[in-house]
Amino acid sequence: MRAMLKGIAASDGVVCGPVYRLVDPDLSCSPRSIKNLDYELKRFHQALDAATSEVETIKTRVTKNLGADGAQVFCHQISMLKDPELVKHVEQIINEQRINAEVALSRAVAQLETVDQPLQDNPYLEERLTQLHQVTKRVTAHLLGVKLPDIALIDHPVILVAHELVSSDAFPTDMSNILGIITDLGGRVAHVSLLARAKGIPAVVGAQTATTQLRDGETVVMNGKLGNVTLGPSSAELYHAKVTMVKQRTNSAKLAEQTNHGTLTKDGVDVLLAANMETAADLPAIIQGGAEAVGLFRTEFLYMQTDSLPSEDEQFVAYRDILQKLAPRPVVMRTLDIGGDKSLPYQVAGQTQNSFLGARAIRQSLAHQQMFRSQLRALLRASAYGNLNIMFPMIATLDEFRQAKAIYNDERSQLTAANIPLGQIHVGMMIEVPAAAILADRFAQEVDFMSIGTNDLIGYTLAADRTDPDVAYLYQPYHPAVLRLIDSIIRAGHAAGIPVAMCGEMAGDPIAVPLLLGMGLDEFSMGANELGHTRELIGQLKAHDLASLVETVLNSASTSQEVITMVQAVAPNVVN
Amino acid sequence: MEKREFHVTAETGIHARPATLLVQAASKFNAEVSLQYQDKSVNLKSIMGVMSLGVGQNADITITTDGDDEADAMSAVAETMKKEGLSD
Repeated sequence: MRAMLKGIAASDGVVCGPVYRLVDPDLSCSPRSIKNLDYELKRFHQALDAATSEVETIKTRVTKNLGADGAQVFCHQISMLKDPELVKHVEQIINEQRINAEVALSRAVAQLETVDQPLQDNPYLEERLTQLHQVTKRVTAHLLGVKLPDIALIDHPVILVAHELVSSDAFPTDMSNILGIITDLGGRVAHVSLLARAKGIPAVVGAQTATTQLRDGETVVMNGKLGNVTLGPSSAELYHAKVTMVKQRTNSAKLAEQTNHGTLTKDGVDVLLAANMETAADLPAIIQGGAEAVGLFRTEFLYMQTDSLPSEDEQFVAYRDILQKLAPRPVVMRTLDIGGDKSLPYQVAGQTQNSFLGARAIRQSLAHQQMFRSQLRALLRASAYGNLNIMFPMIATLDEFRQAKAIYNDERSQLTAANIPLGQIHVGMMIEVPAAAILADRFAQEVDFMSIGTNDLIGYTLAADRTDPDVAYLYQPYHPAVLRLIDSIIRAGHAAGIPVAMCGEMAGDPIAVPLLLGMGLDEFSMGANELGHTRELIGQLKAHDLASLVETVLNSASTSQEVITMVQAVAPNVVN
Repeated sequence: MEKREFHVTAETGIHARPATLLVQAASKFNAEVSLQYQDKSVNLKSIMGVMSLGVGQNADITITTDGDDEADAMSAVAETMKKEGLSD
């Protein structure tokens, strides 16, 4: 039967395809007394073998995409599945208690957990328990004859449906089989939405009941521009979706052709068009998209892809490779920003979970300097191989910037003393905390550049958690308060003679771009798939005409809707 | 039976990655391989056993191999310890 599911439009595009739900099946089981012990033992070993071969598949696919280090956690899981003591223990429980294998397994695991109780604070043991639970779930699923889904097990094109996708699930494989993404939770700037836009995958987030309403394998049509999902589509709707899918592919090929000519406005003002980047896997899209710089490299993803803290050398190699591949383009690498909706799959000092107002980003770095210093050394050493700039996230006070800069200078002089070759590095800051935005003129005296992080700046200015769909309506990039803040940051930067960039979603937003051009923003940095449209849009605008639009908007707009109307009145053919 | 003592120098101790590699190395041999730390001894072919010890930096551990290929098992384990930077 035809039905419509409504969510938040997170990434453009129309697709149709079968649903693949990333939802754990019901794995509850109750004890059964067993007469044929040999059969039960055989069943247990068959489930172990099947689970092992699934984890082997996941490991192979993840290794292909992330390298052996990224797949380390699956080697760990395989060794758990082959653990002779664990296997012996389960067999013993089956034999002695004459109960079914799934219950025997859960009893054996429960015993291991109680043994560990006194050592709970040890992060290695916590990690061990997390992996053990994954492994137990997979074996239990085989014993019960149900499927435990995993992104890395997807082997045909599907629409991925999940309750929530956090950064650590979202990139284990190349995603070529992911036609679209639907999640129950999340807003337009949740991690999953950023990722979907960067990869050009249509997405609808905040759909609330998607995981319960959609069935595995059923064909749905989703529209990432309107934010809706059609269940039981008619044949006309399916046909329309398929035609649109073909058109989308042709359009993106056409946009790719127009790249590599620089970015000029219609009246000849040169604008630096840059890309945001998370991992080396984004490189082809960034280079093909014609990015002239990388305005934001989110280094935290390097930390999220492994099961333990990457060493200084590992980081150095990763940074160096990226700088070399992008040279001579300038690359702004942001120091670690964990917290908010990004957490690491292992424990580090001072990591807080999901707290946008807690000890995230620079706050965590300054409180636990060992990690921060090793990252800075890795960045400094890599700087000789390309055009590196560094910025610190979440700066709220000048004192934080000064402390971070002092640590940077300290590491820099130690490396210089050791005759390590270093590049020319500019050191800047993110402006995403309203306090820093308001005080931008003071910060501008001490930093080499400023980069406006709009996702957080908007969230903090409107006091709205971007992962909460109930307040998604408050993510308002055109709110006049936000526009006034941005304008004053750009003015403050220019008065001090430093460049101002923007590395949030807003930099590729068709309503915001004319305003940002009018304000004189120096660099626009966005997801690689937004580059084509934005270059085309900038080419149709005259920067000099837009200054008066900005003046009108800043002086007389009271609501987001009024801003949209004013922009559309000035550039009716360009933005709609 | 062969017995050898190691001093763990790695900052993170025997965590998931090196533990997995040690278990993989030990599992290739017929000999029984055990790891003793403080007053506990575990099967070095059991990842759960090895990780239950929570061996940290500066721990002194004893590895014992017992069986027909005990010498080879010991040298394989020692090589993994060294290669993973766990001990000198």
